[in-house]
Amino acid sequence: MAGDAIDTPLGGATGDGSRGRDIALDRGKGNCLICHRVPIEGELFPGDVGPDLSGIGARLTAGQIRLRLVDQSVIAPLTLMPSYYRVDGLRRVGEQFRGKPVLTAQEIEDVVAWLQTLR
Amino acid sequence: MGGLRVLCIAIVLIHSHTIGAFAADGPLRVEAQPLRSASEFLSPALRAEQADPIRNRGMLWVEQGERLFTQPPPGGAPSCATCHARAETSMRGVAARLPAVDAASGQLVNLEGRVNECRIVRQSLPPLDYETDELLALTAYLTALSNGEPLAVSIDGPASAFYAYGQQLWNERQGQLNVACTQCHDQSVGRKLRGDTISSAVPTGYPAYRLEWQTLGSLHRRLRACQLGVRAQLFELGSREYLALELYLKSRARRHPIDAPALRR
Repeated sequence: MAGDAIDTPLGGATGDGSRGRDIALDRGKGNCLICHRVPIEGELFPGDVGPDLSGIGARLTAGQIRLRLVDQSVIAPLTLMPSYYRVDGLRRVGEQFRGKPVLTAQEIEDVVAWLQTLR
Repeated sequence: MGGLRVLCIAIVLIHSHTIGAFAADGPLRVEAQPLRSASEFLSPALRAEQADPIRNRGMLWVEQGERLFTQPPPGGAPSCATCHARAETSMRGVAARLPAVDAASGQLVNLEGRVNECRIVRQSLPPLDYETDELLALTAYLTALSNGEPLAVSIDGPASAFYAYGQQLWNERQGQLNVACTQCHDQSVGRKLRGDTISSAVPTGYPAYRLEWQTLGSLHRRLRACQLGVRAQLFELGSREYLALELYLKSRARRHPIDAPALRR
């Protein structure tokens, strides 16, 4: 990793953008729309706690997106965005979620691949 | 991951001139804002429904609560009204001052706890569980008797430690999603989580009829809903943690008038 990016795919996985789109919309997985608007027709009532993800693939590199999914708090300590690939340093995690990241390495790579297509 | 974090922070600090490039991802504003009353976040239609005793669904529990309060329980025990006659005046303001520290036990006790204490000590009845219709009815009735009264809990003396604990819980991140209460309910008020507007967490309307539940529920149940949302280990209803948070929230919203039972989304 360098600067504000993790340039190497997690676990050497290759992301699949169409799977990533499903993961991002899935309320039990990425659930991105709870906080973010995304440029998908018919997706009503997105949240606005985080920035609009339209054009995110043009604004950030894959590595920068990857770091923000893995652990945004590294670059923004007060962020409201969960760290999707982190299991340490957490407090009172629900039993069924303990020791597990929100998304797997493959799922992170899939979402990175999808977000890269939003240009 | 720990090493990774340290490395990243070090790199960010060294290359601090690059931070402006991703300022959009920067820290949320942290200054305190004036609290907005919970009803402000309702649609005009729901607000009108809440204000109309005929249409407010929570009034069903208030009516049941009044019956439970005045009628003697089976088994010959005295009714609540035997001691607390003319509840409209004698119980007015009581809900606004709870939770409070019980002098005898040193424990923080809320309205649910007070009701159960009377049941055990004065009526020789078993305590009622949280979210039973009976306890919701009694607390809805007694809280509604304080409608219009400003929240006025004490956080001095023996209550100060409970207040400090509640404040700590409010401010610390928790759960797999690693979010603190304050990040939404102080720092992101008015923003949307999906279609829901984040409120100031002013607890004047509980027990409240929540559309998501399709029933009346306690403030502790509402706190639990946020813990579920951030995938945290849940505290028990009536636990010292929720009691401390209740005290913190009611002190934080002091002078806001009680408006129970409220309608909430």
